[in-house]
Amino acid sequence: MDMNVKKKKLGLKEKYAHMTRGLDWQTSYQPMEKVFPQATFEGIKIHDWDKWEDPFRLTMDAYWKYQAEKERKLYAVLDAFAQNNGHLGITDARYLNAVKLFLTGISPLEYVAHRGFAAAGRNFPGVGPRVACLMQSVDEIRHAQTQIHAISNYNKHYDGFHDFKHMLERVWYLSVPKSFFDDAFSAGPFEWMIAIGFSFEYVLTNLLFVPFMSGAAYNGDMATVTFGFSAQSDEARHMTLGLECIKFMLEQDPDNLPIVQKWIDKWAWRGIRVLSLVGMMMDYMLPKRVMSWKEAWEIYFEQNGGALFADLARYGIKVPDCLTQCSEDKEHISHQTWATFYQYGGAAAFHTWMPNDEEMDWLSAKYPNTFDKYYRARFTYWRDEAEKGNRFYSNTLPMLCQVCQIPMLFTEPGDPTKICYRESEYEGEKYHTCSDGCKHIFDDEPEKYVQSWLPVHQIYQGNCFPEGTDPTAEGFDPLAAVLDWYHFNNGHDNLDFEGSRDQANFAAWRGMATKNT
Amino acid sequence: MEIDLRTVAIKPLRHTFDHIARRFGDKPASRYQEGTYDIQQTDIFHYRPMWEPDKILFDKSRTQVQMKDWYALKDPRQFYYGAWTIARSRQQDAAESSFDMIEERGLADIIPEEIKQTALAVLVPLRHVEWGGNMGNSFISAYGYGTAITQPCLYHAMDHLAVAQYLTRIGLVLDGPEALDTAKDAWMTGAMWQPMRQHVENVLVVQDWFEIFVAQNLVLEGLTYPLVYDYLDGDFSANGGTVISMMTRFMGEWSTETAKWVDAQIKVAAAESAENKALISDWVKQYRPLVLAALAPIAQRAFGDQAETVLAEVSAQFTARCTKAGLTV
Repeated sequence: MDMNVKKKKLGLKEKYAHMTRGLDWQTSYQPMEKVFPQATFEGIKIHDWDKWEDPFRLTMDAYWKYQAEKERKLYAVLDAFAQNNGHLGITDARYLNAVKLFLTGISPLEYVAHRGFAAAGRNFPGVGPRVACLMQSVDEIRHAQTQIHAISNYNKHYDGFHDFKHMLERVWYLSVPKSFFDDAFSAGPFEWMIAIGFSFEYVLTNLLFVPFMSGAAYNGDMATVTFGFSAQSDEARHMTLGLECIKFMLEQDPDNLPIVQKWIDKWAWRGIRVLSLVGMMMDYMLPKRVMSWKEAWEIYFEQNGGALFADLARYGIKVPDCLTQCSEDKEHISHQTWATFYQYGGAAAFHTWMPNDEEMDWLSAKYPNTFDKYYRARFTYWRDEAEKGNRFYSNTLPMLCQVCQIPMLFTEPGDPTKICYRESEYEGEKYHTCSDGCKHIFDDEPEKYVQSWLPVHQIYQGNCFPEGTDPTAEGFDPLAAVLDWYHFNNGHDNLDFEGSRDQANFAAWRGMATKNT
Repeated sequence: MEIDLRTVAIKPLRHTFDHIARRFGDKPASRYQEGTYDIQQTDIFHYRPMWEPDKILFDKSRTQVQMKDWYALKDPRQFYYGAWTIARSRQQDAAESSFDMIEERGLADIIPEEIKQTALAVLVPLRHVEWGGNMGNSFISAYGYGTAITQPCLYHAMDHLAVAQYLTRIGLVLDGPEALDTAKDAWMTGAMWQPMRQHVENVLVVQDWFEIFVAQNLVLEGLTYPLVYDYLDGDFSANGGTVISMMTRFMGEWSTETAKWVDAQIKVAAAESAENKALISDWVKQYRPLVLAALAPIAQRAFGDQAETVLAEVSAQFTARCTKAGLTV
């Protein structure tokens, strides 16, 4: 029998090109603008979709092979974690509150990312970005689900996790991350890519995803950290997509530069405001700290982000102006945010507490310019009062920023003792923002931000009570009614860590697992 | 004899999340349930979409079909990401070993020329039809309502991309990269493919996402897959083209599996109300003749003078399937 002459094996790049490129076509029975109706309204001009460089050349067969392997390993660990009471291996039950913040504030956003990337993956007329966006879309539902599955076991044993989707839509501080993603998804596909693909996944991921996962690793949370490692290679892919997307837009037409710059300015600031929650998590909520927020900011934003912007300078991209304020803010925001949550701890779905002496010393060492000078005395006072039985809870409601929706808690540049307010007027109404960055965003698109559903305004308007509530009834307790509407188990999900059910159960269960009495 | 490992038993406070317990009671929930039910946001969206200012982000009015509970449309396969990707990777392993064997041993060379030409003319241009399936299902995944249906539609979109890539590999195995160019030319200008391309493009501009589901996943796939991966594949096998069947095995298995999912959606949606039933039945009646007309020249090429008989059989089986799913077609 003759030996067959084997066909030359195709290289990876060549194979990928055949497998993907050329699947699409110029439609002629229906106009292209009807098939891709969202491709032009944002003003971005693309002349040649084939110039798109595929950042990761994954065909579906390879995708399934890699991903299935990762899924098998991840679920094996989650099963073992559940079977062996892995939750008792964490450093301290206070740590759980960081996980609560993650499940209520971040996981549902992974879900929205999935839907948003499905939309981007439908709307771009080019085959390269379409396939890349769809792969990210399916990765994002993976992340939402694996996070829910990883954290499911904590929900069985601890408070604050139990109704995360309901809470995301309603609870005051969760409107911060929710409105961020609503904002991106309600924009067009190109802005979505700058907002989520570039700013969120590329510029900020080391300050968002990584601190939570590192926090999990440092605090014995095997379920969450295993998810983190499993998602790492997906995240690396998403980062390359975000970067490729911005370069592609800038290379296609010089008219795209001012639009892209405007979006970078907007989304960098939007993202940084969301990161305030991460800052307080890193400095206050982790019993075993990874690094301070300030250190993380310096390494991941000032150094790495600086290198990125230097790279983008050749396209004419400038570092967003609002970021100059951040080098001052990095010394303050985590303390100011935690102080706010401590005061409003009656209305948060996680526990709050004041740091102990050793932790305050750590904060002094990490923040030599600010902690002792501006925060230590106040925190010590609150702690002493709590020990005397006067735990302070604020019963009023804070004013919220019209854009980032964070309470007005940040201070004036140059004066950390004065709350920062900015005011804009639109169609005869006044709107308030927390900073020059947020005011700038508001003034650029007031018609969008006047729509914000601000939780505090809504409470005052009576829109946040369970159906059938009579606010005029004798002895009506508005806070209790709001918490009821939030689906809080009042007394379990909220209030101080000291005296909480989480604290008691964790101690009792760990005792059962480690002692013979 | 059993051995009895002892573990420290802790009584949990609850067995699952509240939104799952509200549906199924507070008992241990499956990963499909926790990863699917009610995870799409439904209330309080901050901004109107700039691309559709008269609607909210996730809006029930993007289809005429109405459901009291969109999560009634559950997936009988219970696919969450992990279950889907592991199932597909198993199928891919099998497909890969077939392709490997064919490529290693040069088995494409033993396919009779006539069969090979039919495969090149019929199978390879279908990669563009698959691309249309990917577009339609990604639309549903983006703009549909409720994770129960939007989630499997994304998996379905990715599966279509995979099928397009398997068809590409068939072209590469049978004839090399030129096969893809020839197929694209046929798709763009060949008389045989124009009715199908026109139909696929018409479905690309449909705005009602459930209508896309019916047009694409029920009617187009329901008629095309049996024709190609059942009848034509049978012809290939019977005439010395088993090698081609080895390369289309994924598609055959996949369409049997996904048809069960599609039918379950149609059945539940049609049983919900007389209006839904009428609407979906009308869509089937609208799209069935269009797809049959688009398939006619392709069937002619594949089956010659048997084309009409084969199409009639496929059509009859499809109609029986729709009737079984509760439609009046």
